[in-house]
Amino acid sequence: MAMTEQRVSYTLDSSLETIDNAEEKATRIATELGFPDDEIMQISMAVREGAVNAVLHGNAYAPDKKVILAFERAGGDLIITIQDQGSGMDLSKIPNPLAPENLLKTSGRGIFLMRSFMDVVEIRPTHTGTELKLIKHVHGPSAGGKEASQ
Amino acid sequence: MSMKVGSRQVDGVTIVDCSGRITLGEGSVILRDTVRELLGKGNKKIVLNLQDVNYIDSSGIGELVSAFTTTKNQGGELKLLNLTKKVNDLLQITKLYTVFDVKDDEASAVKSFK
Repeated sequence: MAMTEQRVSYTLDSSLETIDNAEEKATRIATELGFPDDEIMQISMAVREGAVNAVLHGNAYAPDKKVILAFERAGGDLIITIQDQGSGMDLSKIPNPLAPENLLKTSGRGIFLMRSFMDVVEIRPTHTGTELKLIKHVHGPSAGGKEASQ
Repeated sequence: MSMKVGSRQVDGVTIVDCSGRITLGEGSVILRDTVRELLGKGNKKIVLNLQDVNYIDSSGIGELVSAFTTTKNQGGELKLLNLTKKVNDLLQITKLYTVFDVKDDEASAVKSFK
């Protein structure tokens, strides 16, 4: 994505390669936009975690289901959306990974990491699956700020 | 860069030198298999040297936790050595820094085993 464009999207298979591919695209675009190194890492890791959720938990590796990854620059924001075609997720069933009783769990940290690294994280059901929206301000406070979930 | 591991013995402690990425897929599987193989051979004092691990995702974090608990459940101890800033930061924000015994030099890591 040359960032002279405002939006670009990719339709990707439900595979492990898609996860690496999504991370690489995020790294390249964040670099082109001039984010500092630590924020590039945060953006790429958040996208990786979002892609993991879409491929594993959403589409469950189903070969007939796709992951739609889009990058958009709007105003001062980098907006990333990741859509899957799965059966959706119940956020209320995701335990707090920082709770003492959950610290030794081997999974359940992906959404927490996304929220730690991005300025806004929204998750909403669509008629075909789940849409994850990640926003990072191009010129603004770094990660760890507000978040919104639906 | 995919993950690579090599192990060596120092005064009865197994040092596992890891390099590359511990992420969903191959990296996590390699770590899991390595720790299980060591435990299967009776090596229960394990240090994961993460000096050359430049990237870890939530699956990799989960694999570190799994290695820690699997070793502990078999009567062993697993410690972490030489964390990069990225890995250190991740363990801090996930509060796992308080769970793992983290060392920053090999000699003290080896000596710390009872």
